[in-house]
Amino acid sequence: MKKIMFLCSAIIGLLFLTSCGNVDKGESLNAVGSSAMQPLVEAAGEQFSSKNVGKFINVQGGGSGTGLSQVQSGAVEIGNSDLFAEEKTGIDAKKLVDHKVAVVGMAPIVNKGIGLKNITMKDLQKIFTGEITNWKEIGGNDLKVVVINRASGSGSRVTFENWVLAGKQAIDTQEQDSTGMVRQIVASTPGAVSYVSFYYLDKTVQSLSIDGVKPTDDNVKKNKWVIWSYEHMYTKGQPTGITKDFIAYVLSDEIQENLVPKLGYIPISQMEVERNAAGEIIK
Amino acid sequence: MEDIRDSLTRKSKKAKLEQIGKGISFLCISFIVLVVIAIFYFVASKGLATFFKDGASVSDFLFGTKWNPSSVSEKGTPLIGALPMITGSFVVTFLSALIATPFAIGAAVFMTEISPKLGTKILQPVIELLVGIPSVVYGFIGLSIIVPAVRSVFGGSGFGILAGTFVLFVMILPTVTSMTVDALKAVPRYYREASLALGATRWQTIYKVVLRAAIPGILTSVVFGMARAFGEALAIQMVIGNAALMPHNLTTPASTLTSVLTMGIGNTIMGTLENNVLWSLALLLLLMSLLFNIVIRMIGKKGAMKA
Repeated sequence: MKKIMFLCSAIIGLLFLTSCGNVDKGESLNAVGSSAMQPLVEAAGEQFSSKNVGKFINVQGGGSGTGLSQVQSGAVEIGNSDLFAEEKTGIDAKKLVDHKVAVVGMAPIVNKGIGLKNITMKDLQKIFTGEITNWKEIGGNDLKVVVINRASGSGSRVTFENWVLAGKQAIDTQEQDSTGMVRQIVASTPGAVSYVSFYYLDKTVQSLSIDGVKPTDDNVKKNKWVIWSYEHMYTKGQPTGITKDFIAYVLSDEIQENLVPKLGYIPISQMEVERNAAGEIIK
Repeated sequence: MEDIRDSLTRKSKKAKLEQIGKGISFLCISFIVLVVIAIFYFVASKGLATFFKDGASVSDFLFGTKWNPSSVSEKGTPLIGALPMITGSFVVTFLSALIATPFAIGAAVFMTEISPKLGTKILQPVIELLVGIPSVVYGFIGLSIIVPAVRSVFGGSGFGILAGTFVLFVMILPTVTSMTVDALKAVPRYYREASLALGATRWQTIYKVVLRAAIPGILTSVVFGMARAFGEALAIQMVIGNAALMPHNLTTPASTLTSVLTMGIGNTIMGTLENNVLWSLALLLLLMSLLFNIVIRMIGKKGAMKA
């Protein structure tokens, strides 16, 4: 009996210890949100901690919506998002401060059996709105179009629909919630079409040029390729202390020139244009 | 004299210990009850906000067929028809239970009646192993083997209710089997002895006596399996295609309550209609699992009375 009680108190004691473990060790910072940004923030956080002993960056996924609502409610210091806060209903963008840390380009991908390498923006739109149902209508092989979409409200989908669908409604079709899954399904399903960020383009799928423009980083920098979005780190009010240090670190050359391109993003400093939340070019 | 009275009226060490033990166990159970109540309250308050705060109608939710919570219909009501998901969930659940039940009964009969030695030595561990496989593994196998197989046999993209049914069938089979085994083992030995003594063959004994007597237990195991199938999220999400459309046949993409929930919850903002309506789906799931539990209890009670 005594042993059991000792065990119980030991377990309870451990629970308390874990819950306040970070307090006496040093400062910590929570960054939550977009799973597309997670690898970047995690890697930057690790490097930051190794340089600043005693400062920890906790990074979690959960989606852009989660990131924005958590930072708005003050539960976390940084909310990661693929979207402008203005693009999400239920978020008061005026209270949040936007820190654009990287750019990510997105490209349409198709199954290799379709026999197309280029597509016009108009046809791409028609495919995602369901007007074109067979690839032979636009010069491909005789295969039914299988549209694979991302989860509605996800950063990638909002970006893609903004620039490709121009306000039209996509057809109801199957949805997947991760980029890796989308690529695998497109690679294995005849007639499948979807879209992924540049980092996920590989030999298993065929990426499409749009109106002759190839999906490359250089085209994104000049805004010749329009399907791209910023990766944002939002803070509630101007950042202070460790939050400020960390964001400054992410924007420093050290991260922007090494880690950012290595993980498939485009450094914010190399962009020749700048867009606002409404998609207008402001520089 | 004083000493004796004192020692008799005061609690002994053992009695104190017992009281402490009682206190601790009561604390544990009340903690669990509290957690359950808190979960119910949280899910219900969020889920009902769709109807009370955002003013959506319950019939739109339960019987509408168009799901797109971020936009509104021509009439100005939000498109929150959950019928495609409700149908999807029920169809995959019933189909997988329908396929799993005969297999489970067959396996259980083999393990308890025909070859108990082989059953306990080899089959039991294998089935327990199946229970322990994480659902993402099932989903991945489904995605890389079942979906292409369905595609090459039935055409289409391969994603859909049929693929989901196969994956869930494998997932609930071990649960249903091991519970059916328990049910068959619980049939008293003298039932079998009496049957055999009357000249019945082993097969006659099995299907006329053992299986009949074990019906309540078998039903419980099937409902248990259905409850598991209904609540499964990850594996089914990987193979069903996640299209919020009314399923017209078994090989076109469909969706379930759970798959829509897991896909959407990270992309919505707390407190908005898009988020609340997902909580309404969660509430529906919670109520359904409650219903499954009640059904299991009812079957248990009825079975107990017969025996």
